[in-house]
Amino acid sequence: MTATTSDTATRRDFIYVATGGMAAVGAAAAVWPFIDQMNPTAAVLALSSVEVPLAAIQPGQNVVVKWRGHPLFVRRRTPKEIAEAKAVDVSTLPDPLANNDGLPDNAPATDANRATKPEWLVLIGVCTHLGCTPTAFEGDYGGWLCHCHGSMYDTAGRIRKGPAPRNLEVPIYTFLSDTRIKVG
Amino acid sequence: MSGQSTYNPKPGFETWLDQRLPLPRLMHDTMQTFPTPRNLNIWYTFGGILTFCLGVQILTGIVLAMHYVANAGLAFDSVERIMRDVNYGWLMRYVHSNGASMFFLAVYIHIFRGLYYGSYKAPRELIWILGVLIYLLMMATAFFGYVLPWGQMSFWGATVITNLFSAIPGIGQHIATWLWGDFAVGDATLNRFFSLHYLLPFIIAAVVGLHIWALHVPGNNNPLGIDVKSPQDTVPFHPYYTVKDGFYLCLFVIVFAGFVFFAPNFFGNPDNYQPANPLVTPPDIVPEWYLLPFYAMLRSIPNKLFGVIVMAGALVTLVFVPWLDTQRAVRSNRFRPLMKQFYYVFIAACLLLMYCGAQSVDAVRFGVPLVWAARLGTIYYYLYFWVLMPIIGLIETPKKLPASIAQSVLGDTAAAPAE
Repeated sequence: MTATTSDTATRRDFIYVATGGMAAVGAAAAVWPFIDQMNPTAAVLALSSVEVPLAAIQPGQNVVVKWRGHPLFVRRRTPKEIAEAKAVDVSTLPDPLANNDGLPDNAPATDANRATKPEWLVLIGVCTHLGCTPTAFEGDYGGWLCHCHGSMYDTAGRIRKGPAPRNLEVPIYTFLSDTRIKVG
Repeated sequence: MSGQSTYNPKPGFETWLDQRLPLPRLMHDTMQTFPTPRNLNIWYTFGGILTFCLGVQILTGIVLAMHYVANAGLAFDSVERIMRDVNYGWLMRYVHSNGASMFFLAVYIHIFRGLYYGSYKAPRELIWILGVLIYLLMMATAFFGYVLPWGQMSFWGATVITNLFSAIPGIGQHIATWLWGDFAVGDATLNRFFSLHYLLPFIIAAVVGLHIWALHVPGNNNPLGIDVKSPQDTVPFHPYYTVKDGFYLCLFVIVFAGFVFFAPNFFGNPDNYQPANPLVTPPDIVPEWYLLPFYAMLRSIPNKLFGVIVMAGALVTLVFVPWLDTQRAVRSNRFRPLMKQFYYVFIAACLLLMYCGAQSVDAVRFGVPLVWAARLGTIYYYLYFWVLMPIIGLIETPKKLPASIAQSVLGDTAAAPAE
């Protein structure tokens, strides 16, 4: 850079490195706000919950409620549907984990871990493949069929066939009474 | 840009300008005297047609943005207002929506022309790669644009495409949330897609500038795939190719206008005239026709991550084409009897994939589940680039190349230097 060569660092070298370092750190610090502004806003993050009255839901009926922008399935299962779901050997399932937000991550996908009260199945209605809303009472297993890419779920919302990798997610929910649940 | 400039500014203003900003010189050298092979055929007119398409999309798009409202509650109605109330709004929107399809039609012809005549081979690798980049930007822009009317297909198309990122192990769901600005596709998503839809065409225009710049260094390839050897092999771009490009552009615009005025919804999906409903997915989600082959690849694979990898890989593959084709001496498939056959099968495979992508996922035709037909098409797509291109390049004996473009066009007598 200069006519003189020296093994020791000069003031010029110091200024050169310090300026470059400062610019790099500054640029990196400036990039983050531009990335993070894309994430959900505080208003979106303020989690909402929804209460669902159960009294009007008949056995064999699936009700769709909107929750946090997604459809929520509340299905009152018939004894036959419950029996079918319980009869499945968990080790044969494509996804052997419960995918229940109220349980530890490694809980097995038994029917009891999918539905706290066997009659009531509460699921987030988002196909774990690419996010479509599956249609109830269709597919080979009588649970749900996702028309987008053909994923089939059973009467416990577990993936049985098709490209979806995971069982339909069970949100955190509590029974406020026998006829009312609170989701979220 | 390559070679000597032949621009001779007149005294006065032209000379004054040439010494300060030689823009007329640039235009003169690139669009007037630029030596162009004399044997370019109809398939070479699509570069100009594509530039026209980009211009039309930008012009109509700027007009539409004056009337459109990027808000999940108002977007659908604002598009209907453009259709019914805004003066000539229906024309602007139909030109814009059909223009996207025309743009892709032209770009596919342009890409397949490049594949047939070996236009990606040295020294034109970067032209090809810039072209692939333009193609990817076009797909992103078209996708963002399709979301804006906020109909059912807009909403669910956006949901499916953004969910592709959730296949990435570990951080995939966070990326999807980051893209949405929410836990699902919503108002925040619509706003940012509008912003990007307005931005990307200008990025495309910039890359098109690079594409043309890179083209003007070695000059055009041609149907024979042989290099220009003497001035006899070329003609000036103007008037020869301005007229030829202009003529075929007129024919293209007739087809374009045919769709706009007589079948404006031919390429559209009726479901998109229903407002977006986050609780009900339409029975069959079908993307726009120009994305169908890749959609068919995605659907044909019963594993989420692998399906996304295969689909993305099909696009990434295009970048490597200049090096996958091991036939370096002969560019054009005109002189490659074996490769030509596989090329036509490749077109058939792409059309098969396009057909499969448009049908429902469990459809069966002639006793064959279409998912298997799509798998066959997907396998051939990869086979063509990664196996056939390298191997055939090594084993095939090409036909004899003509001595020069002039000799091929004019015959042996005219090839003598006394023209």
